[in-house]
Amino acid sequence: MATSDRIDVKKTYKLYINGEFVRSESGRSYELKNKTGKFIANPAQGSRKDLRDAVTAARAAHSGWANATAYNRGQVLYRVAEVLEQRKNELITAYTLETGSTQSVAQKNVLAGIDYWVWAAGWSDKIATVLGSTNPVAGPFYNFTAPESLGVVANFPIISGGFLALSATIASTIVTGNTSIVVANEKSPLIAITLAEILATSDVPNGVVNILTGKDSELQPWVASHMEIDGVEASGLNKKSLGELKIAGAQNFKRIAYFKNSTDYKEIERLSAFIEYKTVWHTVGY
Amino acid sequence: MVFEYAPSIESTTILKLANRYQHFIGGKMVAPAGGKYFDSLNPATGEVVAQFAQGSKKDVDKAVQAAQNAYDKIWKKMPAAERGKYLFRIARIIQERSRELAVAETIDNGKPIRETRDVDVPLVASHFFYHAGWADKLQYAGLGDKYSSYGVVGQIIPWNFPLLMLSWKIAPALATGNTVVLKPAETTPLTAMLFAEICQQAELPAGVVNIITGDGETGKELVNHPGIAKIAFTGSTEVGRIIAQSIGNTDKALSLELGGKGANIIFEDAPIDEAVEGIINGIFFNQGHVCCAGSRLLVQENVAGEVIEKLKKRMSLIRLGNPLDKNTDLGAINNAPQLAKIKELTQAGIDEGAEFWQAEVNLPTTGLWCPPTLFTGVWQSHRIAREEIFGPVLSTITFRTPEEAIEKANNTPYGLSAGVWSDKGSRTLWAASKLKAGVIWSNTFNKFDPTSPFGGYKESGWGREGGRHGLLPYLKSSVKG
Repeated sequence: MATSDRIDVKKTYKLYINGEFVRSESGRSYELKNKTGKFIANPAQGSRKDLRDAVTAARAAHSGWANATAYNRGQVLYRVAEVLEQRKNELITAYTLETGSTQSVAQKNVLAGIDYWVWAAGWSDKIATVLGSTNPVAGPFYNFTAPESLGVVANFPIISGGFLALSATIASTIVTGNTSIVVANEKSPLIAITLAEILATSDVPNGVVNILTGKDSELQPWVASHMEIDGVEASGLNKKSLGELKIAGAQNFKRIAYFKNSTDYKEIERLSAFIEYKTVWHTVGY
Repeated sequence: MVFEYAPSIESTTILKLANRYQHFIGGKMVAPAGGKYFDSLNPATGEVVAQFAQGSKKDVDKAVQAAQNAYDKIWKKMPAAERGKYLFRIARIIQERSRELAVAETIDNGKPIRETRDVDVPLVASHFFYHAGWADKLQYAGLGDKYSSYGVVGQIIPWNFPLLMLSWKIAPALATGNTVVLKPAETTPLTAMLFAEICQQAELPAGVVNIITGDGETGKELVNHPGIAKIAFTGSTEVGRIIAQSIGNTDKALSLELGGKGANIIFEDAPIDEAVEGIINGIFFNQGHVCCAGSRLLVQENVAGEVIEKLKKRMSLIRLGNPLDKNTDLGAINNAPQLAKIKELTQAGIDEGAEFWQAEVNLPTTGLWCPPTLFTGVWQSHRIAREEIFGPVLSTITFRTPEEAIEKANNTPYGLSAGVWSDKGSRTLWAASKLKAGVIWSNTFNKFDPTSPFGGYKESGWGREGGRHGLLPYLKSSVKG
C-alpha cells in the first residue's frame, strides 16, 4: 500500500493538570481553524472547575518543588531543554499549524524557546546570590535578605511571542520554586499542549506546570478571584482584562506583573516578579 | 522591695508650637483653599496640640502641580550626587533638632519620650543618611540601567510612627529621583510640619516635597489624582485593599505596608528571661501600635507555665503614664476610635472564652489609656488570634512540636513579622526558613534599621522598605508595562 493511502492518526488536545491529560470537566471543546479557515483541531475549552483542579495540583506541588535544592531545580529545567531539543520538530509543526508561519520563522522561535530553558536553568542557584543581600545593621545581628518563591502563579503568555514567550513565562516562574498554571491563548493551544506532552516525559514533578486551553477572557475572572493563586503574569491580557484582574486580585493582594513584549525575554525581573524577600535578624553573641 | 521612680519629666520648652499649621506646597506654607482647620489632640491629656489645615481637592491639585514642576524643571535634571547632598543635609538637621522632634512626637502621638528620643528620631536621621548615599548609586539597586524615576509620588502614612514613616517614604522616593506629595495621619500631623521647616532649612528646591494635612477624604483625593504616577501607602489591610482596587484601571504603581498578626515563638530551650523581655518588647513597644507587633505568643507547652508566670510579673512592672516622663514604658493610646477597637476586641476575647488578665495599674484620669493585657488559653479561631488589635493586648497559644508552631504561626492571611526564641541556632534558622513572613527576628524583636528590608508576605503588603530592596518600589522598570 502506498504511503499516500494511509490515513493520519490525528491527536486529541487535552488539558494538562497534575501531570495528567484530561478533557475539560465541562465537556466543552472549541474549533480551532487556521488562517484560511481550514479546521485544525478541537482543543479542550477549560472551565472554572478545571482551573480549580489545576490550582489544587499546583498548591500541592509547591512545597516539594520549592524545597528541592536549587541545583536540583536547575537540572530539572535543563532536562526540559534536552527533551525539547529531541522533539523540536513536533513544536515546529504545531507552531506552523496554528500560526501559518513559515518553517524558518517557526524554527527560529522554537529554538529560541529551547535556549530560554537553558538560560533559566542556569539561574536556579544564582538567583539568591544576585537578588539577596547581607545587611550591615547597626547592632549585634547577622542580618540577611533572601528570596523565596511566592507560591502558585497563573501565567497568561503573550501570543505574539509564540513558543519563546510561552517558555519564558513558565521557566522564569518555576525556576525560583513557584508552581504554574498556564492559560494558553485561545488561538495558540497546540504549541502549549505539545509542550505539556514534552513536560510530561521530562523530570518536572506533577503539578508544577499545569496548562489550560480555552478562552482566557473566560478564565481571567476566575483566576483573579481565586484566593489560592498568589501571583499572575498578565502580559497576554488586554488592558480591560488586566484592569479587572488587578481590581479582583486585590482581594488577596495577588502579585500581578505585566511585561512589555521583548526580543529575548531574558530579563531578571521575570524571575523577581514572583518571589518574596525574607529578612532574618539573627542575634550574635556568645 | 520595689523602688518607686521619682517623676523625670522631659521639658517641652525646646518646642515652639504654632497655633496653626498650613499645608507645605511648593516650598511655602500655604493656607487651605477651603479655609478649614482641624485640631490634633494630645492623647495623654486631651488638650489641643495645634490646628492643622484640612486638605481638599484644590490643595491636592496645587501640591501635585508643584511636585510635577519641581520634577520636570529641577529634580529630574539635577545630578544624582547633588540630589544626595540634600538628603545628607536633611539627615544632619534632623540630628540637630532631634530632641525637639522627639518632644513634638511624644506630645502629638502619646508615645513615651524614651522611645521617640531613643528609637524613632535616631532611625529617622539614619534613614535619610542611608538613602542619601544611594542617590548616585542606583545602577546597583538591581535593575542595572533599565530604570527611571516615576515622577510625582503620592504617599500616605499612619499615626503609629509619624515621623519614622515619613522618613521611610520620603527618603527612598527622593533618593531615586521622584518628587513627593505626602499626607500624614489626621491624628499626628505635627512632626510632618516640622519636617517641612527642615526642608526649608535644607534649602530643598521648592516643590520636591509637599505635605498636605487632612483626613481620609484628603487621602482619597491624593490616591485618585491623575497626576500621581505612583502611590505608597502604610496603614490597614482594609484601606490598602480599597486603594489597590481604586487604581486597578490605571497605570499607577503601588507599594503597600499593611497589617500583621505576628507570631512570637518561644521554644522550650529558649533563654526564658530574655524571651520574656522580647515578648514585652514585641507587644508593648509603642503601646502595641505596631503593624509587625508580636501579638500572638506561641509558647511550647512544657515551658508555658514558667513563661506566663514570669511574663505576668514583668507586665506588672510596666510603668504606664505621662509619655513625657523619661521613666514611662507605656504611653497613651493614640486616638479614641483605636481605643474603642482595642476594647471591642478585648471584650470579644473574654466572650469567646479566652482567659483574661491585666496588670494592675493606676490609669491617669484624663487621656486615652489601656493597661497591659494578656490572654491565655486562646484558640486559633478566636478573633483575638486572627484580627489585628493594634494595642497592648497579647494572645497566647501553646504548641507541642516545632512543626505545630510553624503551622500555627503561618495560619493567618498576614505575613509581616515573626519572632523565634531558642538557644539553638539551627532551630531558629530552620524556623525562619519555614515561616511565611517578611521579617524574622531570632532572639530579638521589633528591631529596625535602614539597611534592612522591611515588608510583608501575603496580605501584609507589596514591596519592601529599607535596604537595597526598598529602592525597587520607587524605580520604574523599563521592562514592565
